[in-house]
Amino acid sequence: MSNALHRDVAIIGGGLVGSSAALALRRMDFSVVLLDKGFCGAQASGVNYGGVRRQGRPAEQIALSQRAHAIWPRLKGLIGIDGEFVRSGHLKLARTEAEMASLEAYAGRVADLGLDLELIGGNQLRGRFPWIAGDVMGASLCAGDGHANPRLVSAAFADAARRAGVDVLEQTRVSHVEKALEGFCLSAGSNTEIKARFVINSAGAWAGPFAEAFGEPVPLHAIYPSMIVTEPLDVFMSVNIGAEGGGIYARQVERGNCIVGGMRGEPLAEPDFSRPTGSGAVTIMNRAAALFPALRHAYAIRSWSGTEGEMADRNPVIGFSRTTPNLIHAFGFSGAGFQIAPGVGEVLAELVRDGESRTPIQAFAIDRFARTTQDSRADNGPEPKKREAAQ
Amino acid sequence: MSDATRPLIVGAGPAGIRAAQILVSSGIRPAVIDEAPSGGGQIYRQRLVADERSAKDLYGSEAAKATALHGTFAGIRDRIDYYPETLVWNLRDKAADAVTGHRTRRIPFSHLILATGATDRVLPFPGWTLPGVFTLGGSQIALKSQGCAIGEEVVFLGSGPLLYLVAWQYVKAGANVAAVLDTSQFSAKLHLLRGLFAQPSVVLRGFRYAAELMARGVAVRFGVQPVRIDGATRVEGVVWRERDVEHRLACDAIGYGFSLRSETQLADLAGCRFVFDARDRAWRPERDGAGRTTMPGVYIAGDGAGIAGADAAELAGERAGLALLEDVGLSVDHVRIGVLERKLASISKFRDVLEAAFPFPQAWANGISDDVTLCRCEEIAIGAVRDAVRDQGVFELNRLKALTRVGMGRCQGRMCGNAAVEVLAAACGQSPDAVGRLRAQPPIKPIPLGVMAEEETA
Repeated sequence: MSNALHRDVAIIGGGLVGSSAALALRRMDFSVVLLDKGFCGAQASGVNYGGVRRQGRPAEQIALSQRAHAIWPRLKGLIGIDGEFVRSGHLKLARTEAEMASLEAYAGRVADLGLDLELIGGNQLRGRFPWIAGDVMGASLCAGDGHANPRLVSAAFADAARRAGVDVLEQTRVSHVEKALEGFCLSAGSNTEIKARFVINSAGAWAGPFAEAFGEPVPLHAIYPSMIVTEPLDVFMSVNIGAEGGGIYARQVERGNCIVGGMRGEPLAEPDFSRPTGSGAVTIMNRAAALFPALRHAYAIRSWSGTEGEMADRNPVIGFSRTTPNLIHAFGFSGAGFQIAPGVGEVLAELVRDGESRTPIQAFAIDRFARTTQDSRADNGPEPKKREAAQ
Repeated sequence: MSDATRPLIVGAGPAGIRAAQILVSSGIRPAVIDEAPSGGGQIYRQRLVADERSAKDLYGSEAAKATALHGTFAGIRDRIDYYPETLVWNLRDKAADAVTGHRTRRIPFSHLILATGATDRVLPFPGWTLPGVFTLGGSQIALKSQGCAIGEEVVFLGSGPLLYLVAWQYVKAGANVAAVLDTSQFSAKLHLLRGLFAQPSVVLRGFRYAAELMARGVAVRFGVQPVRIDGATRVEGVVWRERDVEHRLACDAIGYGFSLRSETQLADLAGCRFVFDARDRAWRPERDGAGRTTMPGVYIAGDGAGIAGADAAELAGERAGLALLEDVGLSVDHVRIGVLERKLASISKFRDVLEAAFPFPQAWANGISDDVTLCRCEEIAIGAVRDAVRDQGVFELNRLKALTRVGMGRCQGRMCGNAAVEVLAAACGQSPDAVGRLRAQPPIKPIPLGVMAEEETA
């Protein structure tokens, strides 16, 4: 018994980008089918660090990030839960003079973009955040940033989309997609055939082959950011912590568990899943114990890693295909997609409805690589310097 | 040869020690890592500090086996690299990450024998998280290792052979056992008569425990349905139902459990394929009759490979050691292999009898009320599972974990996992094998953040 669907939009990949696009499109009255090879929000969207952070993003992402920023406090109304979102502030630490200079330069570059960054010197930092130890030269605080629970948020967007009337087909891998006379034909799962006017490729780390199928190879490779979580502790960490130059990021949830990341894991034999390395997990734990005295005697109860797509230039691909009408790409968020994803969902819905978005996305065009296609590379070492990798 | 063959054995219980003995006898020097301060495993666990108790006091009818095993381990002590009080918290690419106190080291290996044992299978019921409630295994450890009872007036509750063994050990030690409450029917015990032919000594021992308990005035009840454990801040009594009549007994401690569950996280981290074992109602590593898993060079023996008991663990440990020797091309005693495999097959048949005599309480999953704590680490109630099934269409265990936090805490599902499977499967109208199994994540048990990494051992 085959299953045939005819929808306005078919979305490949039920991560936070695909799910939020599905919800936004449905609210515009489009008919939508959302396809995921596993469970919606079970990959990078659901197992990432959970930072809801604008600070540190390149200037070209800030408009999109600001759009998403307005969505986060409205989650309860939008998807039925607040997703444990808290506007705690995001404090980016500088451990050297050079890193402090880099934070200052960044603050200058985004000064007119509404982030309201506050640069804090070393002495003041020790007074205001006495729970941070070590040689910290200073920091940059973005008071409006925060964190949330990706496990809950990403699945809830898909649930909300389903309630709004989206056909959410989980455990349904898209095996083939091609352009037809009118729109697209997709084959998915064991017996699902879909006709759709638009296709959104939001397949995350698995998006590359779908782009390539339409003649648009991209320098996308998989990364495996890994994290550890502590047992519940007295709450001491009042802000979401990042570090200029990378290497550590940390937040504490209301229940008291601290989540700390900063290294990368490795894929398993079953490549949809990955796991932190032992040495990587120890490195993260040691960095956390050194930076936060309150964690020195704490225990790590679990570590994990997710599979994420990273672009060579660490900016996502968002926008129309250059080869195929009505094909839209949105992937490659390079370890920093969680905060902006709900904004991207709205942008994608506008692209379908209007053919353009009111938020500038030119910097994320897929053809930016056409002249400088790079080879993909394996990367399971420490997080790269200079740009904070996780959200 | 010994340069290339550097086996690692995880666990120094009956299976691990016998495996080590076989390797040592062929001139191989294995590393043996064990969480306990001394060898013997849970069943033959040794005292923390010497006291006046004899082996007979500690291990009863199994004293000779315990003494022999401890003697074997002491005898090979200088021909193995032994790491007591050490936890293998991660496995990957032929190396184990092992933590001792605040030091972690990476131990490379050529072959791996997992002899990781079992813990109690816990099924929650009202009051199970009150102070004073222990597992049967925990009750036994308190007695054997620390020489203390879990309370002044102890009730043992649940099902499985351990129920009677622990109660008997408590009585023998002079503790006051108020009652033994068996959730299975007396009539089920008649299945044991079938086992008389296969394992007569085991069956007779079991009957002797029960008879001696009764002779000493311990109330032994069958067909018990636990209702709740009473108590404001700690255990004050237990309430149960027998043929629709409610009973209450005052007590200050309860030891309970429903048979055992295999410790399989390391096999999962090692990449072994799992199969569902209908008898254990759990997933376990797939293995051949010799203990070879689906991963080349990885072997598994003892209760960690599926519940079979201490005698089987000794045999399976030896068999796995022999399999390793065969696989590296050393000569082995094929007659001995035949004996081991026949004995293991006989014990395996006897396990069917034991399962029939101490059946899993099938009605539990549908009968347990929503407000009972399921996952005590994350403080999630039974009802959260049913809500996730009803409201979010959950039908798979890892998805349940992601959406409800069941199994996400300190124990990583080692305590609550089996119960979560039963509740999830019942709520979905499925059998337990249909809802999947939790993916293991390192560390398999909590480790300190301040742990210091040591250089790799050469």
